[in-house]
Amino acid sequence: MTAVPVPHRVVARRPETADTVTLRFEPVGRALPDFLPGQFAMVHSFGRGEIPVSVSSVQATGGLAHTVRSVGAVSEGLCAARVGDVVGIRGPYGTSWRAEQARGRDVVIVAGGIGFAPLRPLILGVLAEPAAHGQVNVLIGARTPSDLIARAEVASWATAFTGVTVDQPEPDWRGDVGVVTQLLGRARFEPETTTAFVCGPEPMIRATARELAHRGVPREHIQVSLERNMRCATGHCGHCQLGGLLVCRAGPVVDWASAEPLLSVREL
Amino acid sequence: MPPSIALRMNHALPPEYRERLLRVGREATFAQGARLFEEGGHANRFWIVRSGTVALDMHVPGRRPPVVETLGIGDLVGWSWLYEPFVWQLGAVAVTPLQAYELDAVAVRLMCLDDPGFGRAVEHWVGRVLAHRLNAARARLVDLYGIYETKEER
Amino acid sequence: MVEEYGAASDRSRDHGSDRASEQEDDMTATAASAVLDRDGLDALVGALVAQGRTVVGPTVRDGAIVLAELTTADALPYGWGVELDAGRYRLVPREDGAAFAHSAGPQSWKSYLHPARERLWSADRTPEGQVTFTEHTAEPPSYAFLGVRPCDLRAIAIQDRVLTGGRYEDSGYGGRRRGALLIAAECTEPGATCFCVSAGGGPAADPGYDLALTEVIDDEGHRFLARAGSEEGARLLERVPHRAADPVTEATARTSVDAARDRMGRALPATDLRALLSGNPEAARWNDVAERCLTCGNCTMVCPTCFCTTTEEVTDLTGDHTERWQRWDSCFDLDFSYLHGGPVRRSARSRYRQWLTHKLATWHDQFDTSGCVGCGRCIAWCPVGIDITEEVAALEAERETETD
Repeated sequence: MTAVPVPHRVVARRPETADTVTLRFEPVGRALPDFLPGQFAMVHSFGRGEIPVSVSSVQATGGLAHTVRSVGAVSEGLCAARVGDVVGIRGPYGTSWRAEQARGRDVVIVAGGIGFAPLRPLILGVLAEPAAHGQVNVLIGARTPSDLIARAEVASWATAFTGVTVDQPEPDWRGDVGVVTQLLGRARFEPETTTAFVCGPEPMIRATARELAHRGVPREHIQVSLERNMRCATGHCGHCQLGGLLVCRAGPVVDWASAEPLLSVREL
Repeated sequence: MPPSIALRMNHALPPEYRERLLRVGREATFAQGARLFEEGGHANRFWIVRSGTVALDMHVPGRRPPVVETLGIGDLVGWSWLYEPFVWQLGAVAVTPLQAYELDAVAVRLMCLDDPGFGRAVEHWVGRVLAHRLNAARARLVDLYGIYETKEER
Repeated sequence: MVEEYGAASDRSRDHGSDRASEQEDDMTATAASAVLDRDGLDALVGALVAQGRTVVGPTVRDGAIVLAELTTADALPYGWGVELDAGRYRLVPREDGAAFAHSAGPQSWKSYLHPARERLWSADRTPEGQVTFTEHTAEPPSYAFLGVRPCDLRAIAIQDRVLTGGRYEDSGYGGRRRGALLIAAECTEPGATCFCVSAGGGPAADPGYDLALTEVIDDEGHRFLARAGSEEGARLLERVPHRAADPVTEATARTSVDAARDRMGRALPATDLRALLSGNPEAARWNDVAERCLTCGNCTMVCPTCFCTTTEEVTDLTGDHTERWQRWDSCFDLDFSYLHGGPVRRSARSRYRQWLTHKLATWHDQFDTSGCVGCGRCIAWCPVGIDITEEVAALEAERETETD
């Protein structure tokens, strides 16, 4: 079957930062299959087009939601959506965070910028089962304090360590200033028995994953979320290629052992 | 130094040199808001954070001092003590109540001269900290979280 | 007809030994080889048209052999051959009047099976804000492809794998493919840019055709050895004037095709292409070819396996009706890899490297086969004459000097 969008109504709209909005959706009629954290949907803005957006909340954790940053015509259209508007969504596509790999291990989750959104449902899932995991650490980096998403929610999380840092502080910022990898020194984890999940701009993923590997986290236990241009999301259009991977199919979640050789080649 | 801090030092000094270093150190406490040093001052001490947070700042007339970077547990505070002219380049303030190992820079520099092996290890350690901080600063300069607008004509 | 095409629809998904044994069963069940003369071929076309099929085959137009709809076999390019080289394609007249003695035309069958523009779905919005999405399902045309070269037959199988062999099916392609009858024309006249043998194929047709023709022209006359490859092919053959195949025609056909194996114009080096290309992203040769490559994308347009597409939103003036269209795209296009404000592959070097590495190496990682069938079109139709067999040989030579 051709992948056709399924109508969804915006039931809640929360501006997160100056250019980022979280929209929560309910299906108008037919529902989509359950999404898993890390997967994405193709979200359609009427008359503008479709973009891939990771889920920031899944049906199981409060309803399907996507956090969208306004960077182009389609995302701008989605960020302008009001409660009651109908948009088309198709999915779920792609690989999910392999949360089961972290069971019984320490967990380190590193989120950079808008990369926080795809990690949020994973974090909620991990925190919902404290007995199934070792020490859980959440490290968040953003450009400025105004770009931090869900600050109150993050502050409420019962983790072994939560670190939030910004590149550029604002006058009333009392928190950390610096790159997010700087916080690793304060996190509580045994690298050899840790599973890490990293999402954010690609250079940030490279620096963070390398640092984690340098500290002794096994490369197969560092999961990263990749991003490439996507048109179809079904493995037919060829746009999302990264070497031998089709990111819509073998990703977006990939382990660092597989991703490292691909991300280190310029313009691959 | 308790293993918990040693392990968290972002760039470790080999254990035998670490112990020797700390023998010329003492435990210091700073209240929240206390300044550790000012830009332009003599860099004759340095610290390794045991608990709390230090902010490195710059004084800019008309602006609240912008924080350049914050440092936490296990981090080395200050490197200007190792290189001429031994003058602080930034200011430092305790953002929270702070406990740190405080070390005498003059004593440590003399130990480096006395024992070239120790001196090399200390310089290597500080060099690595500097390299890491430089890379971090460069990453922030690139403004990865910002929106990149290509300005080229198509 | 669709029900009877059970074998064909399986063919569109299966590859390798399963399909071959299915075809062997089909072949033992059908008639032995037959011979058609030119009138018989015309009758074949007539029979297909009468069945309601759109017959597509090679024709002469604008100085090239171009695929077009045929109503009679007279439109075939009898007496036309081609002169090929890197960046060169010329029609040349042939004295023998052959219809299928040409190769590397500027199109391939993907122009019909995977068309350049296709509507996927449309959406309508009411004043109250209700939105409905409607899939576009047109009745697929019923094609008969006359004169499918063995390389193109393999190319169709490769596109089958890409577009219908994964988790999601491109249903437009699937419908057109299942309804298509394939009449192969084996190769007796390879071109100077051909290298199907070293690309894992050959001038003989692999199983997957409904009917295979081998053109034989000698003192006995101008005729075609015809072999059925499916029940439908056999039934079709029964319906047109033919005679049983004689040993001379069969032998001549077989030797001509065998001889063609040794007359390939070019060859890919016999090396592990996956390791060579995926393993050398920083080879100096990429800089070298980048200085020549115009990133015009001709190669991707003429290549029978290139499948990349993009999607576009097309609205009307009311703003309440929108359509999603799919059209061909090329990895040479700057926008192809657009991400966060600019292309990932900005340089010509990176885009050429992407195309060639995908075609010969990473296609294996993605789809378990090579992407290249050795048809040579990219070599002939490159305006600056870049020859991928030469590029691969140069990459290998560079690697050899490095390991010394």
